[in-house]
Amino acid sequence: MTERILSASAALAEALHEEMQRDETVFILGEDLTAHAGIFGQFEGLPENFPGRIIDTPISEAAIVGVGVGSALTDMRPIVDLHFSDFVTCCMDELVNQAAKIRYMFGGQVKLPLVVWCPDGAGIRAAAQHSQSLEAWFVHVPGLKVVVPSEPSDVKGLIKSAIRDDNPVMFFQNKSLFSKQGVVPEEDYLIPLGKAAVKRQGKDVTLICYGSGYYLCKEAADILAEQGIEAEIVDLRTLKPLDMDTVTVSIKKTGRAVTVHEACLTGGFGAELCARIQEQLFDHLKGPIKRVAARDVPMPFSPGMEDFCLPKVTDVVMAAHSIVSRK
Amino acid sequence: MAEDANMLLELYERMITVRTFETVAGEYFAAGEIPGFIHLSIGQEASSVGVCSCLRPDDYVITNHRGHGHMIAKGADIKRMTAELFGKKTGYCKGKGGSMHIADFSIGILGANGVVAGGLPIIAGAGFSIKMRKTDQVAVCFFGDGAANRGTVHEVMNLASVWKLPIIFALENNQWASTTPQEKSSAVEEISCRAAGYNMPGVAVDGNDLFEVRNATLEAIERARSGKGPTLIENKTYRISGHFEGDPQKYRTQAEIAPWKEKNDPIRRLHDYLVTSGVLDEKMNLKIWEGAAAVLEDAVAFAKESPFPEPEEALEDLFVTQ
Repeated sequence: MTERILSASAALAEALHEEMQRDETVFILGEDLTAHAGIFGQFEGLPENFPGRIIDTPISEAAIVGVGVGSALTDMRPIVDLHFSDFVTCCMDELVNQAAKIRYMFGGQVKLPLVVWCPDGAGIRAAAQHSQSLEAWFVHVPGLKVVVPSEPSDVKGLIKSAIRDDNPVMFFQNKSLFSKQGVVPEEDYLIPLGKAAVKRQGKDVTLICYGSGYYLCKEAADILAEQGIEAEIVDLRTLKPLDMDTVTVSIKKTGRAVTVHEACLTGGFGAELCARIQEQLFDHLKGPIKRVAARDVPMPFSPGMEDFCLPKVTDVVMAAHSIVSRK
Repeated sequence: MAEDANMLLELYERMITVRTFETVAGEYFAAGEIPGFIHLSIGQEASSVGVCSCLRPDDYVITNHRGHGHMIAKGADIKRMTAELFGKKTGYCKGKGGSMHIADFSIGILGANGVVAGGLPIIAGAGFSIKMRKTDQVAVCFFGDGAANRGTVHEVMNLASVWKLPIIFALENNQWASTTPQEKSSAVEEISCRAAGYNMPGVAVDGNDLFEVRNATLEAIERARSGKGPTLIENKTYRISGHFEGDPQKYRTQAEIAPWKEKNDPIRRLHDYLVTSGVLDEKMNLKIWEGAAAVLEDAVAFAKESPFPEPEEALEDLFVTQ
């Protein structure tokens, strides 16, 4: 049987088709969704196939997320499209004070099955207000799950799990990865939230990544292999809940770790990983943990500057080298 | 008489239950037995009872930090409410919510909200869900004159009107946003006039007159149930209580409050109407007040006898585990 190749966008659309077919309470809400099947074409086929269930809204992010929260509380399964993840700032109360806390502060009386789909990331020259990776903010809020897929097959399996989850899920999908191709199974499959994937085996260093960071690690591992260093790649896929078990098994094997993400360095998820690894696995470490991340500036527009600020394959290679070659 | 006498007596009794709940809560707060802070709705009972008495059990209500009255009016269990105020395990939220975060999803109370205007975007979702599910429920959100100035209100009212959502925006203008009087925070005297900007009806009523509140609400509900969209009702009332219990209230005078405690008190006004109409006599009246006191006495006893949650229970209820 030949393996089917799909783009990340097509994988997303296929998953949404399947879920909307399966469950009539699932609907998608956001700005400018029907005219072009989402501003990135990510919802191809949905407006025609599910009329009335993919809905254009006014430019009112607080109201949009509010509609998601209120309808999730009253027997629906909304997916909210935030247009650009940067616009979470326009609906932070609804996400952080409402969606994240409602079940808890009401003593577990209710479920809140909401997916907030956030196209994030840089690399398309969209500058400071349309290029951020803000996942760490939401990891810091108890009550939200945070998913950041990388490959197309992950997108399909994770969005389906997110939709079926009875809790609010922030789903960050990197814009620069929409066109990435990959093998995507045709069947209805789920990837559980909170389960990392070891995407390459290696014994010398663990590259811990998610989202676009995975592709940097994939290339870096090939280069490192040519240089005689066997890197293991752990793609977290979900940041919350975090699959620390998979990280632990890998670190115990390699004794070395590099965290890789596109979000800027300071306060990024890499810092949380470093903290946990040194707390729990200190005696297994052969050297310091290195972090690869974007520079701590708003994303600049001009291509040369943007590329300079983003983490690169060579950064991952150099970080791995610096701890593997350490005596 | 336009309204059935028994029903009016029932609503009168409910208003007294709200007043008694608030008074008793204030006493136990002052005595240090209720932790945190509480916001009472004394003086606003015609609004809470007037609006909620027009609703069906399956209709939705979202309220705000001053929400005890709305919940009682929608049918919440007074024992579980009281226990929640006391931080007890038997409370509505098992002690995780407190006064500002009580909900009873089984009777359509989608929660009080500690963020001013925080409930408005959520009510849009309840209204949208009704539309998607094609039922004839309605969704009501209570909010104040202070909340009316949040930007989210604009987003929600516009969206609700564009989509003709079955929502009643129940604005309780109690003339004070915390310590700031309405005239210093709103550019208009009647906030309901803003409804024009959203192409929906906006009506201002005497919010201390149960009949006016009910008439406006019934009309809005009829409109909402028949698919014509939302209405903004401004119940003009007055916050007799401070913003919170213990509020030194340096921002206003006793002379300002006095008439609202006397001839303008919504309970007194309904009382006088019922007496004049021959529906109520003083003996019945006393019995109603005593009955409410007994309900609260039981509720407080229940709350006091109830255990506190174990501290470790703080780690429960965050996620639905599947």
